[in-house]
Amino acid sequence: MSEGIETHRVWRVGADIDTDALAPGAYMKFGIDEIARHCLQRQRPEFAANVRPGDVIVAGPNFGIGSSREQAPAALVRLGVRAVIAPAFSGLFFRNAFNVGLVLLTCAEAEAMEEGERIAIDPLHGRITRAGGATLVCEPLPSFLLDMAEAGGLFNLLKQRYSVKER
Amino acid sequence: MAAPQTLAQKLIAKACGRAEVAVGEIVTCDVDLAMFHDSSGPRRLKPMLEALGGPLWDTSKIVLVIDHYVPEADDESRRIVRIAREWATEQRLPNVYDSVGICHVVLPEHGHVRPGMFCVGGDSHSPTGGAFGAYMFGIGSTEMLGVAVSGQIWASVPETLRMHWRGRLARGVTAKDMMLHMIGRFGMNGGRYQAVEFCGAAVTALSMQERMTLSNMSAEMGAQTGLIAPDAVTLDYLRAAGVTDETDIAHWQSDPDAQAETHDFDAGALAPQVAAPHSPANTRDVDAFGDVAVQVAYIGACTGAKLDDLRAAASVLEHRRVARGVQLMVAPASVHDREAARREGVMSILEDAGAQVLGTSCGACSGYGGQIPEGSTVISSTARNFKGRMGAETAQVYLGSPFTVAASALRGRITDPREVMA
Repeated sequence: MSEGIETHRVWRVGADIDTDALAPGAYMKFGIDEIARHCLQRQRPEFAANVRPGDVIVAGPNFGIGSSREQAPAALVRLGVRAVIAPAFSGLFFRNAFNVGLVLLTCAEAEAMEEGERIAIDPLHGRITRAGGATLVCEPLPSFLLDMAEAGGLFNLLKQRYSVKER
Repeated sequence: MAAPQTLAQKLIAKACGRAEVAVGEIVTCDVDLAMFHDSSGPRRLKPMLEALGGPLWDTSKIVLVIDHYVPEADDESRRIVRIAREWATEQRLPNVYDSVGICHVVLPEHGHVRPGMFCVGGDSHSPTGGAFGAYMFGIGSTEMLGVAVSGQIWASVPETLRMHWRGRLARGVTAKDMMLHMIGRFGMNGGRYQAVEFCGAAVTALSMQERMTLSNMSAEMGAQTGLIAPDAVTLDYLRAAGVTDETDIAHWQSDPDAQAETHDFDAGALAPQVAAPHSPANTRDVDAFGDVAVQVAYIGACTGAKLDDLRAAASVLEHRRVARGVQLMVAPASVHDREAARREGVMSILEDAGAQVLGTSCGACSGYGGQIPEGSTVISSTARNFKGRMGAETAQVYLGSPFTVAASALRGRITDPREVMA
């Protein structure tokens, strides 16, 4: 991998990670900081304390199944997760993730990536470059979703739109 | 000549003001109704709305249901519910249902969901509205904020997966069993966030509330929405709910030659289904679980505690008592259904059988309640058995129909209801 390109450390989790695993029901009455402290506590007890801004999660299929609670992707954003990469996502989680500024990459070969490896991601072109230089291809994303995640989520876009109207 | 359209395409075409739409197109739709509850709604929307400074788009199209944190169990719950109530007053919301039942049941009870509508809900079980021939799906709070200020939302026109059920269900077998079977076969994401349409003689024969159970659990199949074309059963229900609008049911049907992926099922051959911990897709025929002893039997939620569900449980438990050591909890899905069940004698049958009757709210299904003991094995009429979902990390939760839950409560182990039905 050429120097100067930002790389991201991989956290591996399995298939069918549900929204209760990301934002457990028992903590839903609290704010996002408290929910984030318990994010993935069953699957990866050390995750919430040790994840660093810019890290990525690589998961098995069906990441984000379950509830509409957007605290599930928001907890990952709160912890600084740059992106989640999986062979398939829950559709509802998919919308929520981009709405709160989290990039998801759908990649059939995601599970080839290993715990702790450093990868580079190019969401715009749907490409992942692995530590050894191999490239993985991701499904293309509608540009308006990438723009939304880039802007930090739908709220920021709405803020722009409504403050323009006021002028 | 126009291309043949599925029901899903017709509903989206109307919502985006077009004659027809093609699968895969991304369109902007006008929302006819936005529903949210105390958990996903005001406590999250209010601060964002204030920060935006924009007004609400149309309060007449917003329905607020307070069903998650009631009855208030602690200070945090009281705070969340208070925000919802104060916000409703502040915004002069015309449609507020406070502590009268679970949103997905309360909404149709009051005639809010009608054929041809395009609706969103701040809850994952919002596809329940699809039982009325409306395009309804769940969204998160930030996306709801977008709807609340603009009245619009984007949609990708879905493919349709047609689930065709021929024949007729045997006695003691329900819509819940059909759904568990389909989720077991296709998996939790088998719906690929497309539209599922349920059809065939076995679906047509179902009551409106049973149809709602099908659409409700489309969420567990990973579909965006779960549609059932409206018919005379739909119209009867709507009329009873006070809806006086004319409905063009002939239009809100998939065209016969519209493109869809069809799967065939024989309702008559279906046995009661049970999903083992910790996934609704972990489903087999009930007889695979005959050795499993249960300590808790739970009848609750929008999925499994409507009037028809309570009736089903009572038909098993009449003149009987649950087994020693089994705790039977019943949390009716709405006050309306609970009172109707009371008038019919259904509630007294359940109480005489030993049931503890809980509040008409989401309760243990959302894991907010703390009713399920740690370490227990549970048979539940709810929709989800993810680890920890019902609030107890170490509980083993099995899912089944209300018939199966009642029969299992009676015997103290997972039981095929057909063995105990008179």
